Amino acid sequence: MTATQATLDRLTRIPGVRGALIASAADGLVVAEQLMDGIDGRAAAALTGSLVARLGRTTVAAGVRPPVFLHLRGDQGSILAAPGEELVLVVVVGPAANLGLARLEMLDAAGRLG
Amino acid sequence: MRALEPWVEAPLQSFLAESSARLTLLMTTSGQVVAQHGFGRSLDVMTAAALGAGIVASTEELARLMGAGRFGALVHHGPRQSCLLSAFGTPRGRWIGLVVFGEETSVGIVQLFFDQMVQQLTDAAPREQAPAPKLAENFEHELNASLRALFGR
Repeated sequence: MTATQATLDRLTRIPGVRGALIASAADGLVVAEQLMDGIDGRAAAALTGSLVARLGRTTVAAGVRPPVFLHLRGDQGSILAAPGEELVLVVVVGPAANLGLARLEMLDAAGRLG
Repeated sequence: MRALEPWVEAPLQSFLAESSARLTLLMTTSGQVVAQHGFGRSLDVMTAAALGAGIVASTEELARLMGAGRFGALVHHGPRQSCLLSAFGTPRGRWIGLVVFGEETSVGIVQLFFDQMVQQLTDAAPREQAPAPKLAENFEHELNASLRALFGR
């Protein structure tokens, strides 16, 4: 099992997580994914990658550091993203997910992925 | 943004708004321009259309030789600008999209909304027969009429 697959495997075992993927930060293309049916990984990677890039530019323009973690909360769940230097780790969670554990695992994994 | 046929406008407008593409050209596989956004001169459009159609023809032949069917898209990554070239089927025949985009967007976003535009074009295309091929004697007149429509002059 590769490092990326092991990372996704660990994240998708967290209660309430519906899927996880690793995207290229510059391109918004999927590098690896483990997603439940009905989640469009290509769209999630492209849109989250774009969001991370825009927020990064916004924070730099505002004179603060780029975000290390994003939590986009919706009615039916959340999108979590942990940007690395070249990759973005994205996790899709349901409303009852263990967000604290997901956040810890993601920050740990993002640091290792780079 | 200008299009020769009105049903092309809404899908293309939606693509442009979502993808942040700098230049977009929709054309037939023979290089006849259907719609354009961002080009300032007709000469640039004609050159890009001819080159784009030629590249697609070359890559499709290359794919055939490799037994790969067809390539879905060709993306040329540049340091400040990139280019996506993709052929797709419509009820009006096979078309080509040429998209130039910069650092303000990503190839993932452009591909995602390009595919969405292709689906919208397929849904919006009138189902009647495509017009008959243009006769050589009318070619210049048709070309000039198309360029006037695409550039408003």
